[in-house]
Amino acid sequence: MNAPRAQPAAPSRGFLGRRIFTTDHRALAILYLLLGLAAVIVGTLLSLVIRIHRVWPTVPFPLYGILRPEDYLAVVTMHGTLMVFFVLTVVPQSAFPNLVLPAQIGTDRMAFPRLNAAAFWLTLASFCVLVAAFFVPQGAPISGWTSYPPLSAIAATGPGQGAGMDCWLFAIGLFCIAAVASSANFLATILARRGPGMSFGRLPLTVWSWLTSSALTVIAFSTLFAAAAMLFADRHCGTSFFIPASEVISGIARTGGGGSPLLWLHLFWFFGHPEVYISILPGMGLASALLANFTRRPVLGYRVMVVATLTIGFLGLGVWGHHMFVSGMNPYAGTAFGLTTIAIAVPSSAEVLTWLAMLFRGRMRFTTPMLFTLGFISFFIAGGLTGPILAQPALDAYLHNTFFVVAHFHLVMAMAGVFSLFAGIYYWYPLLTGRLMNEMLGKAHFWVSLIGAYGTFFPMHFAGLAGEPRHYAQLAGPVESFPSLIPVERGITFAALTLAAAQLIFLFNVFSSARKGVRAGENPWRATTHEWCPGTHPRTRGEPYLYGPNSGDTEDFLPQWELAPPYPSGLKPE
Amino acid sequence: MPATFTRHQAEVEKRDTGYGGKPPVDRRPTGGGGGDDNWDSHSSRNSGPRELLMRYRLAVLSGLAGDFVFFAVLVSAFFVRPTAGHIDAGANFVSDWHPLAIPPILWINTAILLLSSLTIEVARRQLFHEIDVMEEWLGLGRPAVKRAAPWLLATILLGGLFLTGQWIAWQQLSAQGLYFATNPNSHFFFLVTGAHAFHLFLGLFALVFAFVAVFRFKRVEMRQIALDCTSWYWHAMTVFWIFLFILLVCYQ
Amino acid sequence: MKWLPPNGALHGIRFDHLLRWNLDAIFWLFVVSQILIVLAMLLAARRRRSSPAARPPQPQSFPAFLLTSVLPLLAITALYIAMLVTSHHLWAVSREQAGARNAVRVEVTGVQFAWYFRYPGDDRVYGKLVPKLVNAPAGNPLGLDPNDPHSRDDIVSPILILPAGRPVDLRLRSQDVIHGFFIPGMRLKQDAIPGMIGHLQFTPEVPGVYPILCTQVCGLGHGRMQAELRVVTESRFRSWLASRERMALATAADDEPSPAPVESRP
Ligand code: HEA
Ligand code: HEA
Ligand code: CUA
Ligand SMILES: [Cu+2]
Repeated sequence: MNAPRAQPAAPSRGFLGRRIFTTDHRALAILYLLLGLAAVIVGTLLSLVIRIHRVWPTVPFPLYGILRPEDYLAVVTMHGTLMVFFVLTVVPQSAFPNLVLPAQIGTDRMAFPRLNAAAFWLTLASFCVLVAAFFVPQGAPISGWTSYPPLSAIAATGPGQGAGMDCWLFAIGLFCIAAVASSANFLATILARRGPGMSFGRLPLTVWSWLTSSALTVIAFSTLFAAAAMLFADRHCGTSFFIPASEVISGIARTGGGGSPLLWLHLFWFFGHPEVYISILPGMGLASALLANFTRRPVLGYRVMVVATLTIGFLGLGVWGHHMFVSGMNPYAGTAFGLTTIAIAVPSSAEVLTWLAMLFRGRMRFTTPMLFTLGFISFFIAGGLTGPILAQPALDAYLHNTFFVVAHFHLVMAMAGVFSLFAGIYYWYPLLTGRLMNEMLGKAHFWVSLIGAYGTFFPMHFAGLAGEPRHYAQLAGPVESFPSLIPVERGITFAALTLAAAQLIFLFNVFSSARKGVRAGENPWRATTHEWCPGTHPRTRGEPYLYGPNSGDTEDFLPQWELAPPYPSGLKPE
Repeated sequence: MPATFTRHQAEVEKRDTGYGGKPPVDRRPTGGGGGDDNWDSHSSRNSGPRELLMRYRLAVLSGLAGDFVFFAVLVSAFFVRPTAGHIDAGANFVSDWHPLAIPPILWINTAILLLSSLTIEVARRQLFHEIDVMEEWLGLGRPAVKRAAPWLLATILLGGLFLTGQWIAWQQLSAQGLYFATNPNSHFFFLVTGAHAFHLFLGLFALVFAFVAVFRFKRVEMRQIALDCTSWYWHAMTVFWIFLFILLVCYQ
Repeated sequence: MKWLPPNGALHGIRFDHLLRWNLDAIFWLFVVSQILIVLAMLLAARRRRSSPAARPPQPQSFPAFLLTSVLPLLAITALYIAMLVTSHHLWAVSREQAGARNAVRVEVTGVQFAWYFRYPGDDRVYGKLVPKLVNAPAGNPLGLDPNDPHSRDDIVSPILILPAGRPVDLRLRSQDVIHGFFIPGMRLKQDAIPGMIGHLQFTPEVPGVYPILCTQVCGLGHGRMQAELRVVTESRFRSWLASRERMALATAADDEPSPAPVESRP
């Protein structure tokens, strides 16, 4: 039942036309992946600068020299911004859907290919503008990835808050437009371009995640865009949405103003919290799918998972205040946000429990994508469990902005998120190159990363409990307890170096397997979802994830697709 | 890295075949949510005129949802700000919220905008008028377009009139010495009306585009889509304006 | 709790207790869940070795579903709710209720990059502050208005001195950007937001010296924006206050209001 396939690709448009200025979603996926890779390399190098500076503050960096305190803050800001926006939004929310979303819903293209391509170019422009911040006078902004005003609203408050901050704002603005555009395209694609037979009940869980996170993207990034526009007006048009009435900045009294810095906090976190779920939901969907594949069992409670995903997305819009418990917000609001945050932990826990249950049901195969999925679950639990502690205003009043929070979000966002990216890349790599990635290297990468990541981020909890705040270039001052943390910090740095070194294995593997990898063949993971369908114009015949010996006739899985019978030549299928 | 796509190489250049062989009138049921056992529904499900229209509408609506949030955020600032009256360093409650008298011309502008929404809706309906669409589709002239065009033209004029009206309102305010940066309330007034006017400005472009499109586009359904999406956008802007206007008038 | 700095506040005892059991609970959940993952891996490896032939999937029986999914979820939800409920009281007493009448009143001001503490003096009224008069080198970091009678007896200090055993009402403000007022030893944190006044109540119990930090990134000196809290006995507090009072009044008396030489910008 193989349909005729692979007519030669469009001739004569040349490499540039086919691979670069293209509207083909798979080529765009590669471009997005390369962009993510560039960002992750810069971001990781910056994180190493952070780690090294924290334990050897007086050691000069090659080509730069000794870091000044403002340089440290600039590095942290750029690290956070690059990682959150250009790695953990771009890869799971733009690259992966471009790679497989149309195929997974049984169609061959996006609803709006040109819009899709435009979104990529905007994202790239945004990346360039952001990185340019390093090279403008006074360097990159120092106000953290959250950019609280008035620090971010008045250039005089510190180095980097002039041109650097403008770059940051401009980059964020561009990114918002791109994110909304690409999400509008995904929404239209999922809702209106599903192939024949692809009803909602048959959508793979990854698609449900992308549906949810795309809806969140439209809402969250529009909010951020409006907030950024207002901040821009404050900086350059003399308004004062976020600048309070009177201020004394470097000895100079300013009057006017009358705005509310808290308003920015509300707007930013109304974006920020959905954003963290935008970055993890695709990973959660992928984890379910991969667990099914590699345990050869259907997803447990498909419907429950769908409902949980949608609930997380919906509740995610109502919990932003948990980042603001001690910001001077109304204390009753603190209580309410604590409640909603606990509420969102429940569907997340339901998903975790389902994954754990799935682990015990099947015949697990320890392929690299599976290992990374297990790592994802492990980190998601490790990082997620500190969530309910932070969600209690009374406890957060101690833990807020300490390394406890840094540990929380690196485990749940950075490590769980990045591990799900790895799982996705190892799993879908054959779609890109026709080859499998090297398993040996993959496993080495996994184990070293796992140990490195726990070694890096687990001890941060203790530093946080000791009260060590974020954004401190050095553990100095009258605080006696901090010097005793130096050994812990040092251990963290060594672990982080190991962790980063492990990524070299990954990079090597990615590039070497493209030439030398084992040929993957038609459906290397014996998967059921459409992206592995060998022909074109498939029709969906049933649920996703039908695995198990009884499912197929000869195989232990029943693909979702059914290929169209070959048509007599010249006859269109209509 | 040799990026060889192993699958789906075929359809790089595939064009949407379009019609699915049926005229784009409104009555046809859509392809349904799948599960239909008819192989032949395949191509029409994804590219029938109704589906094409739905797809464009979806994209426009998602964009508008984002836009709605954008305005909602501006408005939220509007609500936070006057209540965020603060206690100054001398422990005095300071509020610098000076209500701003709305230039009366805004009432006229509002009426104009409402009218334009009406005209574009008439134009839109003309383009979906079944008998005319059938004729167009069969190649018997362009009755629907002919009927829609004057209404569309009227919308463009009204839209231009509205923008001029807004411009006059700003002029009147700045004649009173009220500029963007003057006081918090004027920030809001100018930000909100400015952002809205910018949207309408884009909307005018869309209208002109639609006007050209209904004459130029070869496929009947593409003409419909051009006008339909523009009118959705335009309606949304009218609705946003009504909200903003009520806000400016009542909640200073 | 050996990781936390020693506690010196009344509510800190409750806080430590709560944090302790919360951490215990999630630590064991963490351990159990990781063990479960490893166990699943081991079982799978053994199953693979012992029976190479695949078994058809057994549909999960309803009781098994209850036992392995619903019950744990309910238990975990109950745990979350217990966490929230037990800690809510602490939040309510510290943030949702008015401070004690006899509280020591101190105003905390965050400035890039220092903390200043102002005691209202004998009249128990904070004097007026004028941003234009701010001039730290000239000894007026907060811009106290010398013409305001209330400000004459105000004491401005770079360290926070408090008596043990009496409730304290801190009034939080900031001159420039957002700062985070954090006393780890008092289990206390609240942002100081410019243009807004915040309040914090607590009762220091154990005399000693406690560091005060800034936990909201506020510029290049954020990491060194630190101060000290000294909790002393009531009598020493009184005598300190009295001596500073005398000093404050003396200086206020001999340098008559001279407009401080600061530039101002609209
Ligand atoms: C996705 C998010 C992400 C990721 C991956 C990381 C990764 C790391 N981070 Fe970071 N971090 C943040 C998000 C992230 N961080 C944020 C938001 C902040 C707050 C900023 C602020 O306060 O403003 C922060 C702050 C922060 C601090 C606190 C600084 C301070 O406040 O003083 C520290 C300190 O140790 C730190 C360290 C590290 C280290 C050692 C890593 C290492 O794990 C790095 C090793 C890298 C990897 C393991 C990734 C490899 C991944 C790939 C190679 C994927 C490739 C695939 C494709 C893209 C195709 N980070
Ligand atoms: C992908 C990213 C991501 C995810 C998924 C989460 C998930 C959660 N987060 Fe996190 N969070 C961040 C990213 C993320 N967070 C970031 C980036 C910040 C800091 C931003 C900044 O300040 O720069 C932050 C900060 C943050 C704060 C503010 C802290 C502070 O600044 O003071 C809070 C407070 O409530 C919080 C809560 C939660 C909760 C309750 C969850 C829940 O959704 C977690 C749900 C998961 C679980 C509850 C695990 C369930 C496990 C089990 C049930 C185990 C079962 C065990 C057995 C069977 C034995 N987060
Ligand atoms: Cu002040 Cu940080
Ligand atoms: Cu959050």
